[in-house]
Amino acid sequence: MLAHVAPRRNRTLPALAALCAVVLVVAGCGSSSDGGGGSTPTLTVSAAASLKDAFTTCAQSFKQAKLKFSFAGSDQLAAQIRQGASPNVFASANTKLPDQLAAEGKLSKPQVFAGNKLVIAVPQDSKITGLADLAKPGTSIVIGDASVPIGSYTREVLGRLPPAQEKAILANVKSEEPDVASIVGKLTQGAADAGFTYVSDVKGTKGQLKAVDLPANLQPNVAYGAGIVKGTPNTKESQAFIDDVISGSCSKVMQQNGFLPPPNA
Amino acid sequence: MRHRLARAGARLFPVALIVAVAVALVFLALPVIAIFTDVSPKELIDSLDDDTTVDALKLSLQTTLTALVIILVIGTPVAWALATRRFRGKQILETIIELPLVMPPAVAGIGLLAALGPKGILGPLFDSLDVQLVFQTAGVVVALTFVASPFYLRQAQAAFSTVDRSLLEASRTLGASEARTFGRVACPVAFPSLLSGAALAWGRALGEFGATLVFAGSFQGVTQTAPLAIYAQFGTNFPGALALAAVLVCFSIAILGGVKLLGRLQPT
Repeated sequence: MLAHVAPRRNRTLPALAALCAVVLVVAGCGSSSDGGGGSTPTLTVSAAASLKDAFTTCAQSFKQAKLKFSFAGSDQLAAQIRQGASPNVFASANTKLPDQLAAEGKLSKPQVFAGNKLVIAVPQDSKITGLADLAKPGTSIVIGDASVPIGSYTREVLGRLPPAQEKAILANVKSEEPDVASIVGKLTQGAADAGFTYVSDVKGTKGQLKAVDLPANLQPNVAYGAGIVKGTPNTKESQAFIDDVISGSCSKVMQQNGFLPPPNA
Repeated sequence: MRHRLARAGARLFPVALIVAVAVALVFLALPVIAIFTDVSPKELIDSLDDDTTVDALKLSLQTTLTALVIILVIGTPVAWALATRRFRGKQILETIIELPLVMPPAVAGIGLLAALGPKGILGPLFDSLDVQLVFQTAGVVVALTFVASPFYLRQAQAAFSTVDRSLLEASRTLGASEARTFGRVACPVAFPSLLSGAALAWGRALGEFGATLVFAGSFQGVTQTAPLAIYAQFGTNFPGALALAAVLVCFSIAILGGVKLLGRLQPT
């Protein structure tokens, strides 16, 4: 019996390997090749997860340097810099973390480079229309961890609500995610009914999610701050990148992605 | 000339070995030592007395032990079947079982979401049964079981296949059923190996991060296990993160020590 089984078995594994090879080739063709530039320096930018789409687009047209990004929760990136990591630029989803790093002598004077709006993000077909729906029992909500900017903005909003409503909404919170990308992931996967994100994140999902506006009196002042990490080379290019985000071609990309012009902090 | 070179090489080789061992030792041990020395022991112990930390450790113990029970109950017969039978597609089955060993944990989490999440393949079924895994402690157990089971399965299969055939034959010729042979002969003989496989699976489950975060989320007391709490505290409370890390390192050392001890108990 084994004798006529063996050949079959030997054919399935190669088939599996072939399938994987096809997947890899397709994936490889999809990603653009990394043309080796000669003299342009490379900048490393540690940036808030919410900046991912916009910054990745900006990098394509930024001429002064090649840009490499590390996207994560701003608090994680700040902690890495405190522990000695030295990206050229730190771009945070708040001004608190860059200000702290600057006070510790680890960052140049931070500049506010963009604003954003906090919204309730829900799946496209959701019936949720406002905060009142979030307080209903059985609604599952994901928010950011208190340590990450999106989480502290969210708590700022909830803190302005009547205590009973705040309590009811917090009781529906099912997960405190480490960054905004992972909140969006939970929502697009249908794992949760609603989450608090930036309006730019909702835009980034290309229609999978929609944004429900918060009442204007609850809206926190979302200001993004960036600075150059002390002791890193190519500060001229680093500053050029920050300038590009504030007022250059990148600022247009930022606005297309749903960001607001830098608020006057 | 060539002789002299060869002789010099022969003399240098032991030195090169010592250097290589020293480099490996420093590289592997330094991060572990740093966890215990970066903050004072007092601060380390003080930061253990914290809601988040205590909840995370409790949850980690509860979920990893539950996962371990599931792995043992289902995995032991599976390992026995794989060790004693040859069948069509066995190699593929073995590959599938071993896949979580090398799969990035975040990929495991996404796979679990796509399979068992609300929009996943089994989502409608789970929904009709009112079973929820995402954001639930049960979801953490699922993620841990998925990621840790191959550590036990592989070890158990190897253990069963090295059980002396003549013992099993003797049991059978004496009229014992396969079930009885499995329960009364194979399992007791393979016991030390099974136990060390279980310990390795437990260790892997304790360290699980990516699959848990992606599939189950992170919420204090419900889904935030110790590794997730370390990640959450890393940004704002570095000593707290280190303290939790220290506890996990102690667990790892105890588990590995246990495995080594069991290795000595093994007759072969």
